[in-house]
Amino acid sequence: MNKTLLTSAVAVAMTLLSGQALAARDTINIVGSSTVFPFSTAVAETFGRTGKFNTPKVESTGTGGGMKLFCGGVGVDHPDITNASRRMKASEFESCQKAGVKEITEVKIGFDGIAIANAKSAKQLDLSLQDIFLALAKDVPDSSGKFVPNPNKTWKDVNPALPDTKIEVLGPPPTSGTRDAFVELAMEGGCNSIPVIKALKKSDEKLHKAVCGGIREDGAYVEAGENDNLIVQKLTSNKKALGIFGYSFLDQNTDKVQGSKIAGVAPSYDAISDGSYPVSRSIYFYVKNAHVGTIPGIKEFVTEFTNDKAWGPEGYLADKGLISLPDDERASVAKSARALTPMSKPE
Amino acid sequence: MNNINNIPSTSPAASDVPRRTIDIVNASLKRRYARERRFRRLGAFAVALGLSFVVLLFSDIVSKGYTAFAQTYIQLPLNLSAEVIDPSGSREPATLAAANYTKLIRDALRQQFPDLTERQALRRLYALVSVGAGDLVREQVVAEPALIGTTTELWVLADDDIDMLVKGNIDRTAAPEDRRVSDETIGWVTQLEQQGRVAKRFNTIFLTHGTSREPELAGIAGALMGSFYTLLLTLLLSFPIGVGAALYLEEFAPKNRWTDLIEVNINNLAAVPSIVFGLLGLAVFIGFFGIPRSTPLVAALVMTIMTLPTIIIASRVALKSVPPSIREAALGVGASALQTQFHHVLPLALPGMLTGAIIGMARALGESAPLLMIGMIAFIVDIPSGFTDSATVLPVQIFLWADSPERAFVERTSAAIIVLLAFLFLMNLAAVLLRRKFERRW
Repeated sequence: MNKTLLTSAVAVAMTLLSGQALAARDTINIVGSSTVFPFSTAVAETFGRTGKFNTPKVESTGTGGGMKLFCGGVGVDHPDITNASRRMKASEFESCQKAGVKEITEVKIGFDGIAIANAKSAKQLDLSLQDIFLALAKDVPDSSGKFVPNPNKTWKDVNPALPDTKIEVLGPPPTSGTRDAFVELAMEGGCNSIPVIKALKKSDEKLHKAVCGGIREDGAYVEAGENDNLIVQKLTSNKKALGIFGYSFLDQNTDKVQGSKIAGVAPSYDAISDGSYPVSRSIYFYVKNAHVGTIPGIKEFVTEFTNDKAWGPEGYLADKGLISLPDDERASVAKSARALTPMSKPE
Repeated sequence: MNNINNIPSTSPAASDVPRRTIDIVNASLKRRYARERRFRRLGAFAVALGLSFVVLLFSDIVSKGYTAFAQTYIQLPLNLSAEVIDPSGSREPATLAAANYTKLIRDALRQQFPDLTERQALRRLYALVSVGAGDLVREQVVAEPALIGTTTELWVLADDDIDMLVKGNIDRTAAPEDRRVSDETIGWVTQLEQQGRVAKRFNTIFLTHGTSREPELAGIAGALMGSFYTLLLTLLLSFPIGVGAALYLEEFAPKNRWTDLIEVNINNLAAVPSIVFGLLGLAVFIGFFGIPRSTPLVAALVMTIMTLPTIIIASRVALKSVPPSIREAALGVGASALQTQFHHVLPLALPGMLTGAIIGMARALGESAPLLMIGMIAFIVDIPSGFTDSATVLPVQIFLWADSPERAFVERTSAAIIVLLAFLFLMNLAAVLLRRKFERRW
């Protein structure tokens, strides 16, 4: 009995395998950033609903993982599109070239803001980037310019204008793209506003990077996991805490939490779109031109994504929390995206 | 006798009275009983603590999730005019499917609120119903062409924000800028409610549809089928291999250093973190053999490797529990070694092996970590219909929904957990029942 089962199972597996290897793929494969995932999937679903093409498969692999898969080569085994919450790096572009992925179309789709929020019932804070850095950095310079472990216990220690409450910030762990962006946009911006650290950039770049990117581990910053919904929940039960998460979660929970002003600007759709809210980043997707024509529907997918019905300020992606590009930029990106203009090597 | 019963004592008072064992026992009896009672209480407390956590977990999940099994619908009189749906009168399914049902719904909505004319306001009004509502009406009409030409009151799927509003998850009394639904929309919904046109109905979409970015259209059928194909293939592969390996190791293999080494390795593998199997699957099955990512096939291969140690260990224990007299009797009447095993030992050991297999399968059903590496964390709308279709599985679907910003996904996440727990419960129950029914004790 065992033998028959075993052989039949192996036979089934083999037939299935060989069948798959021969068949060409008729579904677009998308990989990449978990930040872009909610938008990419919304477009994929709408695209599939039109009925002409299969619904693309969207994998959430993270920006770096997506780039690795995307630059793996040309052919049905490799993805057609990768999403990214930052620009493609020069090194990634090179590895793409080496693997034969020569022509890549870069499509900037909009902005993603990072909110620093607290419970609605608490007082809205107005933080500067420097306040954020001084509250959350692992090491800060003391009055003589020497680096000491962060002594600040309350927000008042950081800036006398802020309330006398304990520093308690719930945020994503180091594996998260949101954390990378937060460090890059908020922490580095804040630390460069301190002259001692700014001078360090010229003399000791490595130390500069460590100082700006180091987040304290003494309990003031709580790694609350990758799940932004959980952070929102915790904020409602803990009025003293602040939380760091993506703008789309703030947009969905405006009755529970409020975004702190950063440098006097509250995180709102308009403020992120025109660039006045400092903690925001651009998000992209990249198309493998060599697959256009081989895998059906790629061109149409790009057209669907760059349609104002989707990514415009009134489009369905705005409803999902995407912040659109300004009108003129949107038009020019759409034009070059639909023409599949290959990008040049990023700096 | 006295000497034996006497306990040497340093205290002068005790030395006068001879002490016997029974006295010592009696003296310590109370303490020993107390100690036993304490231990029992501690044990009961530990069980109660464990149970209370389980109850807490279950009640939290159920209280959050049960609302997802109902879904808000809006009843609208749809004018399913033949000119719009089927101008040629052929009633062909292709023609019926191509008609613009979204427009019919919008017309019906406008009829309910005739004073609205401004384009922006109408847009907001149309947002009361789900973007997928038209497709659902189409399904209804295609299934029941007799509706064409009539004006029928149909239940139209509401948008997720409206669903949350009706379920009370959005506070109507909050300040307007604090909620996602405007006063205007609440006014419309209230008016529809007063007319009895808003109702919560059983959410069949949740059980019959694949996933979606719109919470009201999202279902677990895709993930369930993905889990089904993965588990089926895992069972087909791992059970025969596991039982075969156990049979050989237990009954046929010589006991030497090699088999010892293999045994140590199998026990080790059972404790390896599951993510390691995912990395292995990525390198071997996808990288070397070129099996397509995100398919039940590659997931099943990874799960097979993961569950094999569990099945082998359980099978060996089951084989060990078959008394040697069975083997000796079979051999004694002239059965060959193979016949002894397959005709006599294996049938008796099978219930234990099945229990092991089911427990292994239950673990595979709840596993998500190794699937991270092989591309199962994916958005797949279509319900898979084979081992090589792209698919996702239940735990991964839960993970993806838990990470979605839309508030309506919170209850759907919990509902999906309820479904997963129900399946796990059923599988473990099956394991217990099988053992009860077929297990023989000697």
